[in-house]
This record gives sequence, structure tokens and C-alpha cells, in this order.
Amino acid sequence: MTKTQTLPLKQETDIVIIRQRVRKAAEEARLGLVSQTKIVTAASEIARNALIYGGGGQCLIELANRDGRAAVRLVIADQGPGIADIERALVDGYTSGSGLGLGLSGSRRLVDEFDLKSQPGAGTTVELWKWK
Amino acid sequence: MSVSQLAELLKQNEEQILDKWLSAQRAAGIRFDLIDERNVQDNSRDLLKAVIMALAQDADDFDAPAWKPLKAQLERLSRTQARQGFSASETATFVFSLKEPLFELIQNQSQYDNRVDLVWLVNKLVDKLGLFSVEYYMAGREAVIREQQESLLELSTPVVQLWDGVLAVPLIGALDSNRTQIVMESLLQKIVETESDIAIIDITGVPTVDTMVAQHLLKTITAAKLMGARCIISGIRPQIAATIVHLGVELGDVVTKSSLADAFKLSLKELNVRLVGNAR
Ligand SMILES: Nc1ncnc2c1ncn2[C@@H]1O[C@H](COP(=O)(O)OP(=O)(O)OP(=O)(O)O)[C@@H](O)[C@H]1O
Ligand SMILES: [Mg+2]
Repeated sequence: MTKTQTLPLKQETDIVIIRQRVRKAAEEARLGLVSQTKIVTAASEIARNALIYGGGGQCLIELANRDGRAAVRLVIADQGPGIADIERALVDGYTSGSGLGLGLSGSRRLVDEFDLKSQPGAGTTVELWKWK
Repeated sequence: MSVSQLAELLKQNEEQILDKWLSAQRAAGIRFDLIDERNVQDNSRDLLKAVIMALAQDADDFDAPAWKPLKAQLERLSRTQARQGFSASETATFVFSLKEPLFELIQNQSQYDNRVDLVWLVNKLVDKLGLFSVEYYMAGREAVIREQQESLLELSTPVVQLWDGVLAVPLIGALDSNRTQIVMESLLQKIVETESDIAIIDITGVPTVDTMVAQHLLKTITAAKLMGARCIISGIRPQIAATIVHLGVELGDVVTKSSLADAFKLSLKELNVRLVGNAR
């Protein structure tokens, strides 16, 4: 596999492909089965948010290195309306739609590093790390 | 001017162009495993006729109604080829190999002093047709993919009766929203039909359980409850269990079992069914 790849995120089926590629990258980074499942699930959550609330975007998958440990780094970005109140969006159970409100907060717990950048009108970018 | 002139030229040399076009196609390679000579000839003849017809109406704007029949024909052809297993370039080659015979024909008309214009016109025309055929080809391919997706939807959602009063749905693959919707509906319907008390939802074959899948499961469980049936979720693998917990999803008072077999045993026990084997 190449070290980085960027995948489109325009429709529901793109999420399936993103999950598959993230799993592949996680296997390649030799993450354990639980870690693999966690990063794949986090990717699924963030990608779905970017599609539903952000109107689509793209997903970067990178086989990276963190302090000498093999890692998977994901950057999922959309050019949507952005999140006005990030703190509130990260509260367990908060949803502006009809979800469980656990996507953002849950993903943060699933990964080793979680970075959310968003500005109203300027889209949302989420960076996720999981290492060995 | 030059459009109608071209139409006239093509009309007068129709048979000759057709012959040369066919040999150009043969030289480029025809997939005789997918199409027979007869069809190739008919397709080529029809398309050439349509080109002449369109040109004869002196329309050089491709969006003009004069080009409609030609486009329709090209669409039918390219879509068919997409279904038959031709590659995109094989489909485009059919159109592009028309260039050579047309260039040759124009070149031989020494009586015309606007040959360069005519060649340019033909060039634009054939390029356009080639692009159209590729676009139609892609549309054909996408239609095939959509159909396959739809048939997969139906394929992979069986609700089976394991015992009088016990249903099971073995879920397999990615649970996108359409599919889960179908599973949920068919499960609820089957519960009513069979007056079942217990429904086992087995997720052994589900690679990822995220909040959307969890929400669908929870909704199904609630709806089943309203119909008087209890759900058991089976096949939650350890890594999925760990992930669900960290996500923060609470499955409430739903009974979970590690395997479908265990869930089935529990169901029988709850229905007071005792299996009598040839125990020692
Ligand atoms: N990319 C985004 N662009 C704009 N708003 C977003 C984006 N991602 C999340 N949000 C906002 O943050 C809220 C919380 O997101 P979160 O993923 O935690 O929950 P949810 O998507 O509503 O439900 P679910 O539990 O199904 O994920 C969303 O309801 C939405 O209002
Ligand atoms: Mg979400």
C-alpha cells in the first residue's frame, strides 16, 4: 500500500470504502484487532458526520509513525457549515439531528489522538491517530 | 457552408467510407467473442447514416435537435456494450476509427480549397461522438452497479424461523441505512406472521458496529418489544464489544450472547422446550 491516500467522500458507499481502506492500513501498521476495530469505527463516525452535516469532503489515510511506533493517521475534512459550538458537539448525547449524539465524543475515546478544527462557514477537519 | 458540404460528400461516398471504417475497426481489433461481424456492420451503417442525416440539417451545434437521433443511437450502443463486457476504450475505438477514412476522403478532394476546415470539422465531430460514447458507456456501467447493489440488498437479509416462536436474522456485511431498514421491516413483519416470542439478531458477520448500526439495532429491538417479542443479540465479537463500550452506546437491558447457538439454547429454555438427547 502507498503511504498516503486520499479518498472521496460524496456518498454513503464511500464510507464503506473508507472503512475498508482504514482497516487495511491498520493491519499494515500491525495494530491489534481491538485497535483496528476502534480506528475503523471512529473513521466511520467522522466520515458519516462529514457527509451528513458537512455535505461531503474527503478522507486522507496515512501510514505514519509516532515516536517510533507504527501508526495510522486520518484526516477527514469537509467544506460544510462548520460547528459553531464545538464543546457542546463533543458532549455525550448531543445531537442536532436524530442520532445518538455519540459519534464525536465516542470517536475521541476510541483513538489515541483526536483533533477537531472547525469554524462556522469554513468547514470541519478532524484528525485521528491510532498507534501501536 | 462546410457542414452541408460535408454532408453531401459523405452521402456520395457512403459505401466506401463504411468499408474503410470497418477495416479500420478490424485493424484496431474487434471483440468477436462479444459481438458478431453482422452486428458490427449494422451498427456502423446505422451510425454513419445518422451522422449524415444530422449534418444534412446543417447543424453544427451539437445540442441542436438534429443531433438527437444520432445521440440516442450512440447511447443505446454504448450502454449495450457496457453490459456486454466491452471495455471503455473498445467502445470509444468504434467511434474514433471513423476518423481515418473521413480524413482520407477529404484529402482526396483536391477540388475543395477548404479541406483544412473540413478536416477540422470532422475532427471535432468525431471527438465529440467519442466522448459521448464513453459517457454513455459509464452511465451503462453505473446502472449495472446499481442493479447489483439492489439485488444484494435483497439477497443478504433473510429472516429464518429456527423453532416455533423463535426467529433469527443473521446479518452479514456493511449495514448501510437502506439495508438495515429492510432487515428491520422484514423482521417485524415475520414476527407478526409467525407470532414469535423471540428474535435473535446475529451480528457475527457485521464488520463494524458504529452509532448508526447501534441506533438501528436499538430501534428494531424497541419495535419488536411493541409487537410482543424479545430480541437477543448474538455474535458480538470481543473487539466489537470493546468498541461499543468506548463509543458509549448502551444496549440497555437487551440480552446478548456470544454465539447464535447460545442464543438459540437460551430461547428454547425460555420457551420451556427441553431437548432430550441420548445422554449417557
Ligand atoms: N462535520 C460536521 N459539520 C457540521 N456539524 C457537525 C459535523 N460533525 C458533527 N456535527 C455536529 O455535531 C453534533 C454531534 O455529532 P455526533 O457525531 O457526536 O452526533 P450525531 O451525528 O448527531 O449522532 P451519532 O451518534 O449518530 O453520530 C451533530 O449532531 C452535528 O450537529
Ligand atoms: Mg455522528
